[in-house]
This record gives sequence, C-alpha cells and structure tokens, in this order.
Amino acid sequence: MSDNKTNAPSAEWPLWEVFVRSKAGLDHKHCGSLHAADPKMAIQLARDVYTRRQEGVSVWVVPSSQIVASDPGEKAMLFDPMEDKVYRHPSFYQLPESVNHM
Amino acid sequence: MSQQSIKVGDSPAVQYLLRLADSCLVLSQRLGEWCGHGPILEEDLALTNMALDLIGQARGLLTRVCELDGQGHDEDQLAFLRDERQYLNPVLMELPNGPARPGDFAFTVLRNFAVSSWLLLMWERLQSSSDAEVAAIAAKAVKEASYQQQHSADWVVRLGDGSDESKARMNAALSQLWPYFNELFVDDAVDAAAVASGLGPAWSELKPAWAAAIDEILSEAVLPQPKPSAFVSNGRCGVHSEHMGHMLAEMQYLQRAYPGGAW
Repeated sequence: MSDNKTNAPSAEWPLWEVFVRSKAGLDHKHCGSLHAADPKMAIQLARDVYTRRQEGVSVWVVPSSQIVASDPGEKAMLFDPMEDKVYRHPSFYQLPESVNHM
Repeated sequence: MSQQSIKVGDSPAVQYLLRLADSCLVLSQRLGEWCGHGPILEEDLALTNMALDLIGQARGLLTRVCELDGQGHDEDQLAFLRDERQYLNPVLMELPNGPARPGDFAFTVLRNFAVSSWLLLMWERLQSSSDAEVAAIAAKAVKEASYQQQHSADWVVRLGDGSDESKARMNAALSQLWPYFNELFVDDAVDAAAVASGLGPAWSELKPAWAAAIDEILSEAVLPQPKPSAFVSNGRCGVHSEHMGHMLAEMQYLQRAYPGGAW
C-alpha cells in the first residue's frame, strides 16, 4: 500500500494463520492468514479482518512458521494408496431402521 | 450547490446530542480517508471498521435528533445538508490526518486513542440516560468504543515506546493534538440542561477518568505530556477550523449535486 519505501512493514512482520469458530460447539476452521507484529496484534487484526460480518465467536492465531506441512513432492506416496481402499468407508453395513440420521 | 441547506433548532437536547453525533460523524469521515491507504492491509481494515462503527453511532444519534427537532428531516439530511456553522463537533475531530493525504499514522492513532477513551466514558454514562433511545444507542456503542480504545492504545504504546522515528512522530502528534483536547471538557448551558433533564453528563465530568486513562497509556508509551495549554477551540458552538469547510465540501458533494441520491 502507500508509503512503502525502505521498511515495508508487511515484509517484516511475521505471518499468522487464522482459525475462526463460527458458533459455540463447532470447531475452529482455518480461514486465512495475516501479518502482525505480535500475538496480541494478531488477535486484534484477525478480529478486524476475518470477523467483520459476524463470522465468529472465537479466534485462534498460530504463527505460520509453526505449521508443519506435508511435502507436495510426497503427495503420491502419502495419499494415492488410499484410492482403491473403498472398504475403509463404512458403506457396506445395513443400518437398523431406527437409526435415521446417520 | 443545487440543494438548500437546512438548520436544526437550538433546543438544548438537540444541541447536546448533535455535539456527540457530529463528533462521531466527522471523525468517521477523517478515518474514511485512510480507506485503501493504510500502512498495511490489516490495519486499513481496522481503521475503516472503526469509521463504520462511528457512522453507526452517528446515525442512531442523528435519527434521535431529527425526532427531537421535529422539523421532519432525516439522518441523511442532517449529515449532509447543514452548513459549517451548524456542525457542533469539537475541532479535534475535523483536524486533517496529516499534512498530506492520507495522513500521518501516528497522529491518527493518537487521536483515535484520545477520542475513543472519551467516547467510552461518554457511552458508559449515557447508558443511564433519561432518553431511552440514547441509552440503547449507548449500550451498543460502549462495546465498540471498548475495542477501539484498546486497539488504539496498543498502537500508542507500540509507537511511543518503539523506534527513534516512531517515538519522534508520536511526540510531534501529541504536541499538535494536545491543545485540542481541552474542548472535550468545557461546559455551557447545553450541558447544564442535559444534567438537569438526566439526558447525559456535563462534558467536564468525564475529565478525571479520561485524564487517568491518558496518563496511564502515555506513561506506558514513555511519552512525556506537553505542558497544559490555555487554548480552547469552540467547534461545539459551531466555530470551526479552516479545515472544516474543505472536509464538508468533499463529504457533502454527492448529496448536494444529486439531492436524495441513494444506492
């Protein structure tokens, strides 16, 4: 944005991942990321950026550097073997009639 | 200008509420100037969120002023069709954000801190206003002001106790703003009437708590307080700075050029 000369703050501030719980009882869902100087600022800005339209009742922020991610290069090894294992889905059972809402 | 200006009546209740409504409206306009120009995207949103909170508070109050004034105006007419002398915000609210657009961030956050601290105390008191509508507006606004105060106080501390440059900028902003704080605590007959009717506090009543909040944050920010100033601006009686007319020209342009325009 304007006035980015030498010390562009967005280039210096660490990145945070933002998780928002939309209502009590539900889980926090990842909804994006933002830059902030410290945890307190990250929470405030998460509130300002991601809950402007009543999206949440609780916010978590996590330093992005703390996220350990799987390697995209290992995608085939990690995930493809599951393709032909349909028996892992619970779709071969007859449900009793009294169980209506599964 | 293709649209006639309007005037509000001079009943004390109308004047009292208009002073507060215009404070919210005019500061909101100044904060809106940051839209798209914030130092970072996230703070850009935070500043415009605050501007929108202030607009909401101004709308509620202006609507109540219209009812009390009884001339059949609506909130938009009141916001956009009065002449400069009819705006009753303290001069503090209309000061430009800085020498050039969009402004100086230190000046902006320091004013936000001073004003939101003041508004928080005001809304807390107005929750027990004898006017039920004002009390309802205050009950909602007190939550908004609490957040604004915390967010801006954090910036004041961060920048005041920050780098050499941020400290210098905060000190400069503080000495520019300091004389304009006085107007937030002056009383006149309008305040006396509000106290008598239970509408709200005399502005001077807020001073001790406000000064304590300012003391606390400025010491935490390691910013020395300037010497007391004898200057008292008088925007709340309609006497504004040279900046007000320019700001209104921009703010009122659309409604004046396209009367009743909406989307």
